[in-house]
Amino acid sequence: MKRAALGAAALAAFFIAGCGESEQVVVYKQGQYQGKKDGLPWDNIPLAAEQRGGNWTKGDRGSWEEQIKNRQLAQHEHKRIYQ
Amino acid sequence: MARMKFLCDAERCIECNGCVTACKNENEVPWGVNRRRVVTINDGVIGAEKSISVACMHCSDAPCMAVCPVDCFYRTDDGVVLHDKDLCIGCGYCFYACPFGAPQFPQAGAFGLRGKMDKCTFCAGGPEADKSEAEFKKYGRNRLAEGKLPACAEMCSTKALLGGDGDVIADIYRERVLRRGKGSEVWGWGTAYGPGKPGAQPPAGAKS
Repeated sequence: MKRAALGAAALAAFFIAGCGESEQVVVYKQGQYQGKKDGLPWDNIPLAAEQRGGNWTKGDRGSWEEQIKNRQLAQHEHKRIYQ
Repeated sequence: MARMKFLCDAERCIECNGCVTACKNENEVPWGVNRRRVVTINDGVIGAEKSISVACMHCSDAPCMAVCPVDCFYRTDDGVVLHDKDLCIGCGYCFYACPFGAPQFPQAGAFGLRGKMDKCTFCAGGPEADKSEAEFKKYGRNRLAEGKLPACAEMCSTKALLGGDGDVIADIYRERVLRRGKGSEVWGWGTAYGPGKPGAQPPAGAKS
């Protein structure tokens, strides 16, 4: 009798556990980059003139961006043709 | 701050695959890996055929970065999305997440074994010393560190493919669209004409 009662209690606990409302939605967490640090493009010396590397001052982001902007505008044929 | 982007003008792209060849050559991309490719719709239908050159679009909110289980992606100060091949496990999640099919996986051995992911770097190399042999072998050439733009865009014969700061290339594209009066359908009004003033109306004569 006692064993049957224990068994019934265990069975009831088993079924009740199935009715639990534990959180089942995975919460997204933004990961952080784990790899090596990359260098900055403006921290390089420009290539020689014959390699058409342009001109900027090493370490000066502004002058590098100006160099890149000039290259970008060279893609615009209207700038090249209609000046 | 620059946000490096690509923009392909479908009215100009002639499907010459010059961009694909330039990329392959510049970065010595292995066989079976296509960092860039040209997609054509309505092939052979006169007047309806359109081509567009596609590679990594260096998304501002990149899904590949979000799904990577080892967090090997990072974004540079110029908005270029790059990854560390020393961390990549070649799981392929980024391939499923990417709407452009940019991540590529070299065949690394027998039994279909997948290698580490490879993708367009905007010719910005990767997390190795700039212009070093290691950087070139793993990621290709670092043209940004040489003061140059990606080889694909600079090689484009019709200048359909534009690469550079999003604002600058959108200005170039906008001017083209205004001049020819069409062609903004593919990329939408916002890209072709910029944000402008709230409630501003399109110029007379321009389509779409």
